[in-house]
Amino acid sequence: MTDSDHQSHLPVEQIELHRSLSSVRSLFNIGMTALVAVFTLVALLPLAAVIYDVASEGIQHLNLNTFTQLPPPPGLTEGGFGHALIGTLITLGIATAISAPFGILAAIYLTEFGRGSHIGYWVRFAANVLSGVPAILCGLFAYAVVVLTTGGFSAFAGGVALSVLMLPIVLRTTEEGLLLVPQEVRQASLGLGATNFQTIFRIVLPAVLPSIATAVTLSVARAAGEAAPLLFTALNNNFWSTDPTQPIATMSVLIYFFAIIPYKAQQELAWTAALVLLGLILIVSISSRLLTRRKVY
Amino acid sequence: MSLRTGEPLENEPFSIEKRLSVTGVIDQAFFGLTLVLAVGIGLVLTWIAVQIGIIAFPAIQQYGVGFLFGTTWDPVRHIYGALPQIYGTLVTSAIALLISVPMGVGIAIFLSENFLPNSIRTPIAFATELLAAVPSVVYGLWGIFVLIPFLRPFFEFLHNNFGWIPLFATPPRGNSFLTLGIVLAIMIIPTIIAISRGTLLSLPPELRQGSLALGATRWETILRVLLPAGFSGIVGSIMLALGRAMGETMAAAMLVGNSNRITASILEPGATIASLIASQFGEAGREQVAALMYSGLVLMILTLLVNIAAELIIKRFQNVE
Repeated sequence: MTDSDHQSHLPVEQIELHRSLSSVRSLFNIGMTALVAVFTLVALLPLAAVIYDVASEGIQHLNLNTFTQLPPPPGLTEGGFGHALIGTLITLGIATAISAPFGILAAIYLTEFGRGSHIGYWVRFAANVLSGVPAILCGLFAYAVVVLTTGGFSAFAGGVALSVLMLPIVLRTTEEGLLLVPQEVRQASLGLGATNFQTIFRIVLPAVLPSIATAVTLSVARAAGEAAPLLFTALNNNFWSTDPTQPIATMSVLIYFFAIIPYKAQQELAWTAALVLLGLILIVSISSRLLTRRKVY
Repeated sequence: MSLRTGEPLENEPFSIEKRLSVTGVIDQAFFGLTLVLAVGIGLVLTWIAVQIGIIAFPAIQQYGVGFLFGTTWDPVRHIYGALPQIYGTLVTSAIALLISVPMGVGIAIFLSENFLPNSIRTPIAFATELLAAVPSVVYGLWGIFVLIPFLRPFFEFLHNNFGWIPLFATPPRGNSFLTLGIVLAIMIIPTIIAISRGTLLSLPPELRQGSLALGATRWETILRVLLPAGFSGIVGSIMLALGRAMGETMAAAMLVGNSNRITASILEPGATIASLIASQFGEAGREQVAALMYSGLVLMILTLLVNIAAELIIKRFQNVE
């Protein structure tokens, strides 16, 4: 850039408002844009690769037996992981039964009673920190609290471990939904003489049901893939089991164990299980995202 | 509430407070319940730390601070030291950050500026979020059977041409610090993108307009105005990502090799705290469980510090805003 008295001597047509494309600043500008565009492509590659590899490896052995049979003994082929599918559903069911009411009611406190309060601030803070606690520590916690006190590994212990992980997700997603309900709606209900309880259950909650559904499904999608909290709580089981007091097989733990043993049939089952698990999680994540685009009431 | 005619009103003062008692009790009970559960979330956090500490207590008593500096992990003779695992946790997280910070922040910029029309930007941003939805065991499985064979030529290239640097001094094997670092980078990039992008999008448009009006190019605006303004949000996202990388378990257990040593070479296998717990807890006896809980406590403290710092930094940004 030239200083002003220098510029005043230039003929009018030479004072241009656009920069030359070959100037250093323009080149830097174009170069950086190209760089971040490349970054974006490179970051999306693993996603495409994981989905492609899991789909192509997993689909080869996907059939009805996969969902109805037990894994083969080492060295043999054929078989499935029906027991792990049921086990995943049971542990997730237990975890949801604990975390959903807990998280939803705590979120109601944050938006309906504790707005701007110190307690609300600290609860939000604790939930954010809790969501950063490594999954394996949730497993150690459930081991200490449930496995050691009841004297054995169980599907219930696995559910407790997963619920710790789901809690902050349920809380924050529900809270986001509740915050979208305008205060005027609550004031109108209270003004007509309803109690807080009536206002929340008859007016506020019906309006945020979609958000609550998203909160629960998102937390389930997150927990479904976790193996670390289940390793020393639900453990594993080579046979059919639906008993919440007994160890139970789950899809994620099955993938882990079958990926690290050197039997071809088991590794193939691990890929198939990965396909089923990834498919379920992606469907849930994408559909919950599409269903609850930001709504304004 | 009904007014009975014939009785003088002053005997029964009219009160708008009065309600059917059952409704009032339900109301109070409901308030109490939500309050208890909300506070319960804070208690769960402390409970986790306390509970792990209790089980680890015998090991803390026996090994003390020396646990953090010991390099032997011998369940037979009951000698436990977690330095190699702490080292491995820090090295793999550092590799992951080195890769994911420039990429993540770059992508956050790309997806928050108007380089692309919104109809393309939103799906790309959503796809980066899906990276975080892939379970870590699936990354582990993919890492073992696809990524390790794919990376082998690159690692050999690094060793053959840069072998004089201690980082690449040993011939590459499948499982290594670098393999895990790369997978961790893939796993934490969505965290950096999501929060950095949110920060950049929330900056007041006047900043950008002012800078452009003064004649700055787009990238001068980004690097000198927008990034400094959103600095704390970006740093917060990096801290959160660091916390995730340090605590990641399944990918670590499957890809780092679980060998108990400290090497300068990142092409060597090693272990992280999380991978140690995952691979040894299953067949551990009483004393080893205590030692593993102790290492879990170390991990808990590390991640808590990082996460609390991240929260405070992000909060400060929101307040400034």
